[in-house]
Amino acid sequence: MDISNLDLNVWRGDAKGGEVVSYRVPVREGMVVLDAVLWVQANMASDLAVRWNCKAAKCGSCAAEVDGFPRLMCKTPIAEYGGQVSVGPMKAFPVVKDLVTDVSWNYEVNKQIPPFTPSDKDLSSSEPWRMQQKDVERSMEFRKCIECFLCQDVCHVLRAHDLKNAFYGPRFMVRIASLEMHPKDVLDRRSLLKGKAGIGFCNVTKCCTEVCPEHIHITDNAIIPLKERMDDEYFDPVRSIVRRLGGKDRKPPP
Amino acid sequence: MSDAAYETVETDVLVLGAGGSGLRGAIAAAEAGARVLIVCKSLLGKAHTVMAEGGVAAAMHNVAYQDSWEVHFADTMKGGKLINDWRMAEIHAKESPERVLELERWGAVFDRTWQGRIHQRPFGAHTYPRLAHIGDRTGLELIRTLQDRAVHTAGIDVHMEVTVFKLLKSGRRIAGALAYRRSDGSLILYRCAALVLASGGAGKMYRVTSNSWESTGDGTALAYEAGAELRDMEMVQFHPTGMVWPAGVRGILVTEGVRGEGGVLRNKEGERFMERYDHERMELSSRDVVARAINSEVAAGRGTPHGGAFLDITHRKPEFIKAKLPSMYEQFLKLADVDITKQPMEVAPTIHYAMGGVRVDAETGASTVPGLYAAGEVASGLHGANRLGGNSLSDLLVFGKRAGESAGAWSKTHLKAAVAPIDLAEIDAAIADLKAPLDRPAGENPYKLQAEIQDVMTKHAPIVRDAAGLEEGLAKILELGTRVKTCGAGGSHALAFNPGWHTAYDLRSMLVNAEALLRSALARTESRGAHARSDYPKTDDQLTAVNFIVKKSPAGMQVRAEQRPPMPDYLADAVHRSYAHYTPEETE
Repeated sequence: MDISNLDLNVWRGDAKGGEVVSYRVPVREGMVVLDAVLWVQANMASDLAVRWNCKAAKCGSCAAEVDGFPRLMCKTPIAEYGGQVSVGPMKAFPVVKDLVTDVSWNYEVNKQIPPFTPSDKDLSSSEPWRMQQKDVERSMEFRKCIECFLCQDVCHVLRAHDLKNAFYGPRFMVRIASLEMHPKDVLDRRSLLKGKAGIGFCNVTKCCTEVCPEHIHITDNAIIPLKERMDDEYFDPVRSIVRRLGGKDRKPPP
Repeated sequence: MSDAAYETVETDVLVLGAGGSGLRGAIAAAEAGARVLIVCKSLLGKAHTVMAEGGVAAAMHNVAYQDSWEVHFADTMKGGKLINDWRMAEIHAKESPERVLELERWGAVFDRTWQGRIHQRPFGAHTYPRLAHIGDRTGLELIRTLQDRAVHTAGIDVHMEVTVFKLLKSGRRIAGALAYRRSDGSLILYRCAALVLASGGAGKMYRVTSNSWESTGDGTALAYEAGAELRDMEMVQFHPTGMVWPAGVRGILVTEGVRGEGGVLRNKEGERFMERYDHERMELSSRDVVARAINSEVAAGRGTPHGGAFLDITHRKPEFIKAKLPSMYEQFLKLADVDITKQPMEVAPTIHYAMGGVRVDAETGASTVPGLYAAGEVASGLHGANRLGGNSLSDLLVFGKRAGESAGAWSKTHLKAAVAPIDLAEIDAAIADLKAPLDRPAGENPYKLQAEIQDVMTKHAPIVRDAAGLEEGLAKILELGTRVKTCGAGGSHALAFNPGWHTAYDLRSMLVNAEALLRSALARTESRGAHARSDYPKTDDQLTAVNFIVKKSPAGMQVRAEQRPPMPDYLADAVHRSYAHYTPEETE
């Protein structure tokens, strides 16, 4: 086995502040950043706070910034870096301690999104539903999301401008897309998208797509189609002319 | 200690764990009219259910028209080597299709057949293709669907990253629980009328495991300390296919779906060795058989360079593999630099699942302590001596719902339990005990102790066991028990998110599970399912009707054999028919 050492520079601290602490870690073949962090926890700093569960990129718990880039630590091989690597908490969320951040805002947002709503007819039918694979595939892409919140972390609307009160962020655009594109869902969430969810804040820089460990095409397949749907409703020039010419929702003259 | 040391929170039903059974139980309890509080050690949606890959077993006969609940029942009983609670296996086989369809109506999106029905894939020891699935991420779909259903169900609240460390009773009945918040170490006293344990397994007591840090057997240990009976604790499942290389990923699960989709196992000589172990079912034999086969091949010197077997699916088209096993493709490519469409995987057994756990009533999930319920991996009975793949997710849904409903109903008729007097001195003692490691800077490091427990279990309770090894393991575990009582938290006094301190508590749960496993394994003087003994290599027919029950007594942990009532004719017939038609090698 190839034994050499890694200098793991970990941001340690809490809401009041912190500093980078360096730990020398023996490297094992195939080691990922999370292994190094857990080695430090077991051998050098038992109170090093970190979230992790599955260690197989399926639960999305171990999101952090590795050399400044938002990644899952369990999926980031040490071999990609030289003799040293730095790890810090996600910057878009308040720090609790060390690598652990307060992501509770995301859970609050999720509660505000109206859940899956099938038609009364489908709901009352005693027959199992029939859907073709082609019909469900669109929604499936979005349902791969493991809620690591890396896309939220990298989104400049949330990260640089802290507009959490105005924009739900990419994760929840994906969530809404998974519902809107579910073949059996009949609810219209467009007013939510335009209003509270703030889809207009997204200016399609695609940073979220780049960091998604599940390779969901967040911008191209979720956000842009949702923007188009919303535009059909609110900003379609033809509909707008129809409205002006005396459509039923004609605005009163000024 | 005074009252001010903790916050008091009242609810009707307290649910421990937010995996499949906890969420399904919470939904059922809320629908029964109860106020429900879910408490979980991690964030919501990260529970172990998310790791389940292959699918959920339900005899919906969408792919094989011949399938029926009787065949599913027989497969489950045969897989469990007949020590299952037959009533649980019957309920499970009958109700799982309904639970799967219900999940679809809550928004889950399953893979489809060409007819537009839910697709079902073949899996180990299931006679017919039976596993409803979503690629190889069925668990994620299940947990996300239940999570969204739960957060949009009125009356359900969730406390995330909270660990329960003691159950409280009023007289014989459950009356609450003590917990700490992981983020800041603050304490909560939960008062409740009913409590549902849905806390999963104890795989972390082994070194090589597919389980996360959370799986420290808290539920079984809490129930045991509260006086509840445990059952079949000797039965832990080695999943045949865990990753073996590189070292950092050792133990991570490789879904049985690989074999379900046609993957074959070979030794280093290129031989498809399952031929010699189960000629009929080959790679799709039950997990205990495949795990032992790989173990034997390695022991005989026919293992792969890293001590496992080759699992090969390269004969399938790359597009097929990427569509059916996307996360396996990704996992091997990223973590092992292996392209499974071109190269074989290296796999070896990894600790995966506890068949044993809290003894529950088949209909209600009630434990032997009034007001205390259990469902999912923390409970026992359904899987007997070996669990079939896919039967875990259906277990969560079927018995999560039943336990939640029963707990909800119980809470309605025992509302006073939540305000009944409890022993305050007991609370103070438990809190002092929890915090003690923080004040022992010179105490042993909890991570070192955890590693020692893992070494003992790995060495003394492996796939094939014997009396001498188990006795030695038990002596070591008891010795570790005394050391854990005086261990430290790793040197830090911090109350805020201090994993060393959290581990110091988790060790105690692991020790209860380890001791129960070793004692029960010594008592079962035969080989059956996941429990193989080199000194008793044959199955003992006398023990087919016996389960080993673990209970706390003033003299320490007691294990006793208990006879199970015989199956009624219609169930026995279903099993006999199945033996006559399939798997003749097992009738020996």
